[in-house]
Amino acid sequence: MENFVIEMLDIRKEFPGIVANNNITLQVKQGEIHALLGENGAGKSTLMNVLFGLYQPEKGEIRVKGKKVNITDPNVANDLGIGMVHQHFMLVDTFTVTQNIILGNEPRKFGMIDMKRAEKEVLELSERYGLKVDPQAKISDISVGMQQRVEILKTLYRGAEVLILDEPTAVLTPQEIKELITIMKSLIKEGISIILITHKLKEIMEVCDRCTVIRKGEGIGTVNVSETNPNELASLMVGREVNFKTEKKQAEPKHAVLSITDLRVHDARNVPMVKGLNLEVKAGEIVGIAGVDGNGQSELIEAITGLRASEAGRIMLNEKDITNLTPRKVTQSGVSHIPQDRHKFGLVLDFPIGENMVLQTYYQQPFAKGGVLSFKNVYQHARTLIQEYDVRTPSEYTKARALSGGNQQKAIIAREVDRSPDLIIAAQPTRGLDVGAIEFIHNKLIEERDKGKAVLLVSFELDEIMNLSDKIAVMFDGDIVATVEPGEINEQELGLLMAGSKKEKVGGE
Amino acid sequence: MLSTRMINLIVPIISVVLGLLAGAIIMLIFGYNPIAGYIALWNGAFGNVYFFGETIRQITPYILTGLAVAFAFRSGLFNIGAEGQVIVGWLASVWVGASIQAPTIIHLPLTIIAAALAGALWGFLPGLLKAKRGVHEVIITIMMNYIALHVANYLIRNVLTDKSDSTAPIENTASLASEWLMEITGYSRMHYGILIALFAAVIMWFLLEKTTIGYELRAVGYNQHASNYAGMNVGKNIILAMMISGGFAGLAGAMEGLGTFGYMSANSSFTNLGFDGIAVALLGGNTALGSVIAAFLFGILKIGALNMPTSAGVPSELVEIDIALIIYFVASSYIIRWTLLRFFKKEEK
Repeated sequence: MENFVIEMLDIRKEFPGIVANNNITLQVKQGEIHALLGENGAGKSTLMNVLFGLYQPEKGEIRVKGKKVNITDPNVANDLGIGMVHQHFMLVDTFTVTQNIILGNEPRKFGMIDMKRAEKEVLELSERYGLKVDPQAKISDISVGMQQRVEILKTLYRGAEVLILDEPTAVLTPQEIKELITIMKSLIKEGISIILITHKLKEIMEVCDRCTVIRKGEGIGTVNVSETNPNELASLMVGREVNFKTEKKQAEPKHAVLSITDLRVHDARNVPMVKGLNLEVKAGEIVGIAGVDGNGQSELIEAITGLRASEAGRIMLNEKDITNLTPRKVTQSGVSHIPQDRHKFGLVLDFPIGENMVLQTYYQQPFAKGGVLSFKNVYQHARTLIQEYDVRTPSEYTKARALSGGNQQKAIIAREVDRSPDLIIAAQPTRGLDVGAIEFIHNKLIEERDKGKAVLLVSFELDEIMNLSDKIAVMFDGDIVATVEPGEINEQELGLLMAGSKKEKVGGE
Repeated sequence: MLSTRMINLIVPIISVVLGLLAGAIIMLIFGYNPIAGYIALWNGAFGNVYFFGETIRQITPYILTGLAVAFAFRSGLFNIGAEGQVIVGWLASVWVGASIQAPTIIHLPLTIIAAALAGALWGFLPGLLKAKRGVHEVIITIMMNYIALHVANYLIRNVLTDKSDSTAPIENTASLASEWLMEITGYSRMHYGILIALFAAVIMWFLLEKTTIGYELRAVGYNQHASNYAGMNVGKNIILAMMISGGFAGLAGAMEGLGTFGYMSANSSFTNLGFDGIAVALLGGNTALGSVIAAFLFGILKIGALNMPTSAGVPSELVEIDIALIIYFVASSYIIRWTLLRFFKKEEK
């Protein structure tokens, strides 16, 4: 018999109206990285919440190290050595790293917290597993990558032997992802087993030993990663063939729609972030801005869309000056914006999805007349868009909050594209989405390009940039340092440019 | 399975019953007869036409202060300043009511508008500071309450009168009081204000739920970033929300000035109408209809309770505890709802 550390056998979990998990079997070997792959809403999180004791299964058996267990709540899971790192971190921002790690499990001396010993323990733990952290730093002062390491240390501090990582790379930059992969590898060397919840095939191919696929609540099976390829995994997950390389015709760029000259923008702390940038986007082409997060991309987009004042320079849309206009004026001039943070900017989560679809146009006919809203027309419009863009929602009256990330994004794209703008700004349009939704969104953007729209794409995913762009503008330290065509550069070269190396090395224009 | 509608109906009833039970236990512990106590409460609110009239009179300003707080809340603002807005509204209504001579058809609307404008002005300042400088509205509105109280007292003593503690009575042409309403309610102080309050509730509902202004206010209330992204002027909406909120509270002041009293006295302390409005709004789930219903509950308890010490001998301190308990249980109806849902879910299996 094989040495399984975790076995979930024929798990069934129902919610009113749906079967979230139906006879799913997951067997994790000691010391392996086991991927749990599935689309958004396939039932991955439900299955893990069953393992972590947050839900009780209707049917099935859980065994830890061959012994049948009954995990009634997360404390039981902790005692069994199961630790979970959630996608959204559970950290106290104003506490230090050490305080967060020991929270609820503090070493004491005379009834007081022995902070010295705690810091020593945290340091030992972090050295043993190669998780670099500063024990005395405040959570609010450290990077997202380091916060994640704190979360992992928290579980290890509690004696976890099996780590569940829920979409750990969704919030990380490419560099941080690399570091995380190194960490995962050193963890399994120390005998820790890892369950990695993800829908990123590349990561699975890179670090995982085996992969269990679930689709629409059903267990599809477990494969050895060494014996499979991304295409097979994707079709197992989605249930049909998936195209990674988005099919597209040669671009036919026409007149310039957006032209930016010598733009300078400061961030909220008044630090210059965009430093004399020039950029042009033509009708009928997709210009992708490649760059590491924090090189002025956000400020650039905010300046174009009127969310942030620019200090100097000029932004022209169809030969009309839109520099420092209000967001409403910019929108009316023909700019659509798919924002990077869809929860913060893209949606009013507590509004019904139908009302979200008129967020910029609510005051115009036919949605309003004489200042009074016509809900009939608003929801009629929503129904059309929901159908056309395949937004999966129980109804147009459902609150945006209740939709999955992919469907929220589809709703935003429906709204932004439907306005029929001249320029579409798409910032990280597929962040955190599964391959099915990514494919849909990529096709939509190309479709709009082919209709003669100008598309400005900002993404931290090199794949996406390489795949979609007709022209790649590399942004580094507030300026465009190189403009290349995707055919004449590979990912390594692009990576070098993004890191600030000179473009002479690559050839370029 | 209980339908959501049934649960929405059952929960408030259960919570009131639980509140009454808890109050009964307290009365029993201290040796008073809870049944007699509650009969006194009922009679105090509805026992005869006079009490009924007084209850309606009390409900009137509660509706308006409840609307004021609820309106701000729906726009993402916490208006603690309804109290001060009531005071300035009261003062403005009495001032205009006593100092101008005009026929009712002009005079009465003018005084009411003056009260609403005064309240709106008192809401404008915190709104402006919040919108332009990001100062938290709770702090400013609390301060504005004290300013209103003491400025009103100064004006009453030094400007409106010569060192007197209360203003001259308003002209009859500015009065909301009605011979007829008083007569049929055994000479209670019930006045036409209740119609204004109910109309204001309709206005709030329509403005918030049906108009583009309301759409913007609600959007700003939920998510300022998304509102800004969508091209709404967040600052303008904050100021507008505070002004409309203050306007409702100012009207509550007019109810006292033009309806109940017909004058204004210098106050050593707050009227509490504005502060009770916070509870009314929260109890009513920050909706217009909810605020009206909650105002009825508050008004009934407040007036009915006056009868408990005299008719049932329950000391007024204990009465206050009782009333607090009932409100507490209604406010925590969330727990009751949760228990109900859990209970029925279990049963289904």
